Amino acid sequence: MTENHTALYGEHQKAGASFTDFGGWQMPLKYSSELAEHHAVRNAAGLFDLSHMGEVWVTGPDAAAFLDYALAGKLSAVAVGKAKYSLICNVDGGIIDDLISYRLADEKFLVVPNAGNAVTVAGLLAERAAGFDVVVEDASAATSLIAVQGPNAVAILLTLVPAEQHALVTEMKYYAASEVTINGQDLLLARTGYTGEDGFEIYVPNADAAGLWQVLLENGADQGLIPAGLACRDSLRLEAGMPLYGNELAVTGHAYSAGLGPVVSLAKESDFVGKAALAAIKETGDGVTSGRRLVGLKGLGRRAARGHYPVLKDGATIGEVTSGQPSPTLGYPVAMAYVDVAFSEVGTALDVDLRGKAEPFEVVALPFYKRQK
Amino acid sequence: MSKVAAELKYSVEHEWIAQDGSGPTTIGVSAVAADALGDIVYVDLPEVGSTVTAGETCGEIESTKSVSDLFSPVTGTVTEVNTAAIDDPAVVNSDPYGAGWLFKVEVESFGPLLSAEEYAAANGGEL
Repeated sequence: MTENHTALYGEHQKAGASFTDFGGWQMPLKYSSELAEHHAVRNAAGLFDLSHMGEVWVTGPDAAAFLDYALAGKLSAVAVGKAKYSLICNVDGGIIDDLISYRLADEKFLVVPNAGNAVTVAGLLAERAAGFDVVVEDASAATSLIAVQGPNAVAILLTLVPAEQHALVTEMKYYAASEVTINGQDLLLARTGYTGEDGFEIYVPNADAAGLWQVLLENGADQGLIPAGLACRDSLRLEAGMPLYGNELAVTGHAYSAGLGPVVSLAKESDFVGKAALAAIKETGDGVTSGRRLVGLKGLGRRAARGHYPVLKDGATIGEVTSGQPSPTLGYPVAMAYVDVAFSEVGTALDVDLRGKAEPFEVVALPFYKRQK
Repeated sequence: MSKVAAELKYSVEHEWIAQDGSGPTTIGVSAVAADALGDIVYVDLPEVGSTVTAGETCGEIESTKSVSDLFSPVTGTVTEVNTAAIDDPAVVNSDPYGAGWLFKVEVESFGPLLSAEEYAAANGGEL
């Protein structure tokens, strides 16, 4: 597999990062301690390089109608300046990727797929665009993405934004986006993230990424901002109950068992790829009244469940863990797992087979962690 | 801190043992292993009085990211475990060759061990 490097690779090397392959990219796993980075995001702020994510522009008179067809959500209902979480499905209703789309003008959307799926999604969007008056442009290779996440994110951003635009930042709603002058440059700023904290994501051309990264670290130092790697990104998103494609979501699974039924707009008038299959799945109740569904598990002991470990009820396998680790914020093991719906009620006592020994877990509501607002 | 302590011997499974001549031998995990594991949050150690066998698992070390078996580099009887490391496993990351030691064994026989030089060479580390 080709190992891609983001425009910030040199910055990560300078900061002493250890690297990991993620979706074909060499990404910083951690800079010092992933626990310290996790706590920094919860209590102050962390700086993430997310440049491995894809950026696909969809523009033209049919942009909204096209995304209504290509994605499971109703993108035409999204107001300009807002973002929407959605799924791109195959005709069988299988999840090809989960993604965020920003509507930046009536006829202009930015679609952000996951790193490992970016090429596939860009290709599928181009393919599905046949017959629509739209232009699909994959800008992934030219675009960097930097996230500032944590309670101090607003204060840090404001140091780089001219006073007359401060209200744009402070009053920006969650899942909204706007062009903002940051460090003297007009950039797309979104109040989104994958950590369960307040925070922003900044889209920046590759050539300007290192400069922005450096100035953010400098200006954020007083606010406790430190660079944060993918290890803590995973523990943060798990605490926040957010699915990770490849763990909780897969082409062999579907939205209903993943608890993402509300993301699928069967009510939208137009057809979309996967609509008939998803309507049929919903009819059967798979993932809701039968089959397996995604739940949160809390460990009652100290040992953590990990991906692919069997979930047991009275010794019989009734599910499988998709993600799990000790929660740094909560201090006990947390996991997500697909379990038979009969054992998916909150409060159900289950076991997880931890390398041959059954350890007690309990079904709990997601998310595990919710920030105080 | 150097990743490989010169005065110790090592197993291929990344445990170190102190060769202090007399009495029980102290065992821990190397800084190489502690770094690779990430922040350690849980250690499961053999019980005092139990018998451990060289090359066999006798516990586990869990980090935020992963979990790894703990192998005994020696055969013998466990005389003491580091309860401070059980209470605060972060000490295994911060001081793996000192306060982060794991258990002590009255040794009957040693498994195959590497010198510090050999271990460092095998792990791209420096003394």
